Amino acid sequence: MGNTLLIFPILLPMLTGAIALMAYKSTGAQKIISLFGTIIQLIFAGWIFSEVYSEGILVIQMGNWMAPFGITLVADLLGAVMVLISGIMGFAVAVYSMGDIDEKREKFGYYPLFHILLMGINGTFLTGDLFNMYVWFEVMLISSFALLALGNGRDQLDGAIKYVIINLFSSAVFLLAIGILYGMTGTLNMADLAEKIALVENTGLVTAVSILFMVSFGIKAAVFPLFFWLPASYHTPPIAISAIFAGMLTKVGVYVMIRMFTLIFIGDTGYTHTILLWIAGLTMVTGVLGAAAQMEVRKILSFHIISQIGYMIMGLALYTPIGIIGSVFYIVHHIIVKTNLFLIGGVASKLVGSYDLYKMGGLYRYYPWLGVLFLIPAFSLAGFPPLSGFWAKFTLMYAAVEIESWTILAVALVVGLLTLFSMTKIWANAFWAPLPDNHEANTSDFTKRISKVHLFYLVFPIVLLATLTLVIGLNPQPFYDFSMDAAQQLLSRTEYIEAVLRP
Amino acid sequence: MEVILSVLIGVLFASSMYLLMKKSLVRIVLGVLIMSNAVNLLIFTMGRLTRGAPPLIESNATVAAQGIANPLPQALILTAIVIGFGLFAFSLVLIYRYFKESKNLDSDKMLDAEIPYDKVAISSEKGGE
Repeated sequence: MGNTLLIFPILLPMLTGAIALMAYKSTGAQKIISLFGTIIQLIFAGWIFSEVYSEGILVIQMGNWMAPFGITLVADLLGAVMVLISGIMGFAVAVYSMGDIDEKREKFGYYPLFHILLMGINGTFLTGDLFNMYVWFEVMLISSFALLALGNGRDQLDGAIKYVIINLFSSAVFLLAIGILYGMTGTLNMADLAEKIALVENTGLVTAVSILFMVSFGIKAAVFPLFFWLPASYHTPPIAISAIFAGMLTKVGVYVMIRMFTLIFIGDTGYTHTILLWIAGLTMVTGVLGAAAQMEVRKILSFHIISQIGYMIMGLALYTPIGIIGSVFYIVHHIIVKTNLFLIGGVASKLVGSYDLYKMGGLYRYYPWLGVLFLIPAFSLAGFPPLSGFWAKFTLMYAAVEIESWTILAVALVVGLLTLFSMTKIWANAFWAPLPDNHEANTSDFTKRISKVHLFYLVFPIVLLATLTLVIGLNPQPFYDFSMDAAQQLLSRTEYIEAVLRP
Repeated sequence: MEVILSVLIGVLFASSMYLLMKKSLVRIVLGVLIMSNAVNLLIFTMGRLTRGAPPLIESNATVAAQGIANPLPQALILTAIVIGFGLFAFSLVLIYRYFKESKNLDSDKMLDAEIPYDKVAISSEKGGE
């Protein structure tokens, strides 16, 4: 199979979505199609990952048009691991959806939309062409718009409008930057751009375009001055949708930012990466302070996405080998942990009937296992040894120490502590505190709120993701080695460029 | 020609920014529409405005003759127009649905997602004009 493998992460979700759409009359059939679709997709993602890991970068020229002219699909180590993670998240959330999504949403096409979303995400990870990336972004966006608005609740429509408008703006800026870059270099292939960008005489204009890209991807990744849409919208849809958004969508923004600012825009790192470092620090601080002020589980978690994005950008901004290693490790760790926290939040609220910390309580008394499942990702997010977050944070801190960037080091450490504060806030209010006296459900009714089958659908993905967190945490060496190889590939660039242009 | 188009693109961008900063949701969406058209024109201009033959290759040749027009920007714009149109239609419907639900088009009064669910009913009096 070799290179042909690369079309499957795009083709399979499209087919699954189409077949699920054809079975629109039977939501039961849609569930099974969706589940099998994600399993096959996960198998192929794992296959691609092992091929890339053992054989090196995979490249396929679509329609057999030679490299700088046609559309190229590329999977280097970073792209392959992102596709693998998206496969795992797709599977976990597809299982969770079977217990979470209500029948009305299923009837109106939840499963097809979910798979088209995965198609857009995988396409963005695999494409080697800038305009094609724009198209995949749009595929991802339109399905996320529909998923966010699905159900027509007033709060959902409100959140969706804010999300849609800012993302349309961001796409327009992205396209604008592509247009100017094309005018300067005459190419859209990313490997070709990496070579041609050095030949452009007007370096000022190149930097200006790089800032346009930074603004566009910054909106998608929710970095400091551009993040307001995220806490305004991510808490409105059902938790399965929130979870896949929280896990994957902002990380797509981070991924393309890493791609662009290690492959193409490295001519003036003193300027662009200093801006990125400022953005990283401010993103961390504002995100974590925003979370401290909230008393709604999903809002707290949404703000934490923002603060964690800061860490990933920090590794990129330091622009040292260890910094990039830290970023890659952090993305992998973060997607798993953050999706898991959202899923657990969903289960907790289903059990006590609210997301409001004032109205929650008693979970540890009635469901001690849920407490344990919560503590794993929560402590991992805060960076407790020996969980995955500790190694990710440790690598980033080490990178900051290495180039004596003390300010960002201090910021990152303090933000880690404040993250722990938010996690203990959820723990204390939802798990430890007794149920409020005026709670509508009496306790005997409340322990039987979810049927056994639904509870299995809800808890299975949580256990799966928590296990992954533990595996990464207790055995970080292979993951660290992998991140090292991925960072090496990103920084040296030649392997990527040679694989695409001169196979 | 480049100068005229540059000025036109600038005017379009300025008006779209003006509309984007308005309160009314309809104007904001129109601002996004104008912005995407400004970007399309910009791509067209960045592809160099040259008069050339249609980009067709003779059946027995492997390389196009000299002096053909650049087809790529037009292909890009065509794609972008289709995507932009779809998104514009979607956002119009979205805003219409929102208006039906809340009788409100003022972006400053969009607080439905901010209030806890059980209190949403109380705030329904203040929307609309």
